[in-house]
Amino acid sequence: MRSGSPEQNYHRFYSARNDVEIAVNALLMFCSAVAILTTVGIVLSLVFEAIRFFSFINPADFFFGTVWSPKFSSTTTNDHGQYGLLPLLTGTLWVATIASLVAVPIGLMTAIYLSQYAPRNVRAVIKPIIEILAGIPTIVYGFFALVTVGPFLKGAGALVGLDISATSALTAGLVMGVMIIPFISSLSDDILNQVPLAMRDGSYGLGATQSETIRKVLLPSALPGIVGAFLLAVSRAIGETMIVVLAAGNSPVLRGTPLEPISTITVSIVNQLTGDTDFTGPQSLVAFALGLTLFIMTLLLNIAALYIVRRFREQYE
Amino acid sequence: MTDLLGTGRKAANERTQLVRAGLRRRHRNEQAFRILGIVAICCALGFVALLFTDVLRKGIPAFHQATLHLDVTYDPTLLNVDPVPERTAGQSDADFNAARLAWQRSVAMLNWNKVVEAALRTVTPAGLEIDSRQLLTIPETNARHVIREAFVANPNLLGRTRSFDLLASANVDNWVKGNIDRELGDAQQQMPAQARALVDGWVADGTITQDFAWGLFTNVDSRAAPASAGLAGAFMGSLYMMLVVIVLAVPIGVASAIYLEEFAPKSRLTDLIEVNINNLAAVPSIVFGLLGAAVFINFFHLPRSAPLVGGLVLTLMTLPTIIIATRAALQGVSPALRQAALGLGASKTQMVFHHVLPVTFPSILTATIIGVAQALGETAPLLLIGMNAFVASVPGSIVDQATALPVQIFLWQGNENRNFFEARTSAAIMVLLGLMILLNAVAIFLRTRLERRA
Repeated sequence: MRSGSPEQNYHRFYSARNDVEIAVNALLMFCSAVAILTTVGIVLSLVFEAIRFFSFINPADFFFGTVWSPKFSSTTTNDHGQYGLLPLLTGTLWVATIASLVAVPIGLMTAIYLSQYAPRNVRAVIKPIIEILAGIPTIVYGFFALVTVGPFLKGAGALVGLDISATSALTAGLVMGVMIIPFISSLSDDILNQVPLAMRDGSYGLGATQSETIRKVLLPSALPGIVGAFLLAVSRAIGETMIVVLAAGNSPVLRGTPLEPISTITVSIVNQLTGDTDFTGPQSLVAFALGLTLFIMTLLLNIAALYIVRRFREQYE
Repeated sequence: MTDLLGTGRKAANERTQLVRAGLRRRHRNEQAFRILGIVAICCALGFVALLFTDVLRKGIPAFHQATLHLDVTYDPTLLNVDPVPERTAGQSDADFNAARLAWQRSVAMLNWNKVVEAALRTVTPAGLEIDSRQLLTIPETNARHVIREAFVANPNLLGRTRSFDLLASANVDNWVKGNIDRELGDAQQQMPAQARALVDGWVADGTITQDFAWGLFTNVDSRAAPASAGLAGAFMGSLYMMLVVIVLAVPIGVASAIYLEEFAPKSRLTDLIEVNINNLAAVPSIVFGLLGAAVFINFFHLPRSAPLVGGLVLTLMTLPTIIIATRAALQGVSPALRQAALGLGASKTQMVFHHVLPVTFPSILTATIIGVAQALGETAPLLLIGMNAFVASVPGSIVDQATALPVQIFLWQGNENRNFFEARTSAAIMVLLGLMILLNAVAIFLRTRLERRA
């Protein structure tokens, strides 16, 4: 250690210490900026490439077009094909609707049973098993839908005289619903546990049965939270890719029934962008316009969901 | 409607009956509701069971594969090749290597199929007529490479016989496993009648057995020889990506959680970062793929199909998970610990890094492992940055062309040899799920162990 008066040593020590503080602070701040930079990067890249796409295709033709038939790049003609979003959007909505129809009742009833009825040890076993569903990679679900669920639905449909395509909105939606079950059930579970006990006890005190308490007291007061969970689940469903790539049939046509092959926004992003190296034509740039649409849709759903859930929490705090 | 407010015995009786009937109905409803809950749980559990049994039922057969046990003779009459060049005195290294390479080229030029055919003929029953083209559909097309490489490694084999375990072709494997309807006519069969009869005979006498498919783990993907397609390349690709994720996502994620939780002033900016991270966690994974394609590949011109780019994209995807989990862990640390450290004169940095962070270590570790497991199974963003290219080599670094386990599953499920690759794909899924279960088990084990000690 260098010599000096005690006072000098003191200052040297503390200025070094402050330097470390400042450096660490700056480093940490830089690291948390990465998250912001990621968002900025996503927004900028989507917006810039989408603008380039809209220089080829009129935005109105994109957002309100009913035909999706991109032509492969030809340098001689100016015909790029048609890029109507609506067939993809309806396909996406079909899948998301079916997925919610599967996941919401099962997920919600699971959460109710596990949080209100099940003994502690049963809950401790069943809850993690159901949560396994959330950890399975989506490619596995896609494969399962393609080779098992699709043919099964086709066969079941044939038995009752329905013509169900093996790869369809129904197949993809059903399997995606299974994927979302733990999502709905664990969020609803949290929310049901947040409803004050006093409300439940009050209902019991008035002589209501357990199910009456749940249906008439717990669920109505937990409703905003459950709606929030539902919105988060829907946002996950419309952004899901691999299940629909494998099992939805890849047929971008406006359909009135979910029993036929469809295509979704995510499927078209994959189709338009894989194998393409330079983003020069609308054929590949459209992926970014689709990505932007998807990003905005999921963002709005998430913001709405987070807002509703937060309001719900504040209500009981 | 009876008068509920009436007095007298009759009215009281009616009231009691009404309430009893109502109670019966209400208890029935209670029962029905409870059953509904059990049905929902059974549905969910049933899906888990169905998914796993389906994958196992399809995948387990693929771990054993029809294998030919052949004695291969390196017959000098078939292999007209010069002896391997010896180093002569005074020969330079370059000359010797050139001679050696020329020899290897001449070896590669030989017709190794003749050697394979001769080996197959030695075990073919005398009466059976089969032409060489049909005969050679039985072993997988890589058999000649295996035999040739053994010779290059040991040129003394010339004139001698060595026994080999060679993979049978995908069609033979299907046939032996009974995946092909034996009643179908010749026109619909993949293999000619003589080859089918020959294979049946070989199965009976033990020339073909179902051996454990080590190739599934040690080989790379192959189009020319589908029976030898393996996961080694995809596994290394995934491993490199996970390394990138761990090296980048953990320090950055933990650091930004520390900043937000311990250092950041409560300001609008911090609020913005917080909202931003929550939203980032819910952005569809495919959007991260678009980001990777536009920024990393198109703007920074990083190599396509490289684990580096895949790892970067997955890092950005995993960051929010790690940040959110680390923040939750930091929030759980008692303020008393912080105040005690500060009170003893520790600086804020010392307080965080010496006292708070070590306490949260188990939770951060668990969150990291779970985040990595999630990233391991992600497919969609990798398709957009070219990791679905066919790669027939094990990547040697993070900038080599590579694929990943989930992408390999995607590629195999699309293979036109459906019969063979359905099982292969399921086996690959079993490997992927096995790795994820392993990671999660490690996470749970470490958490319980470290928490007990803490």
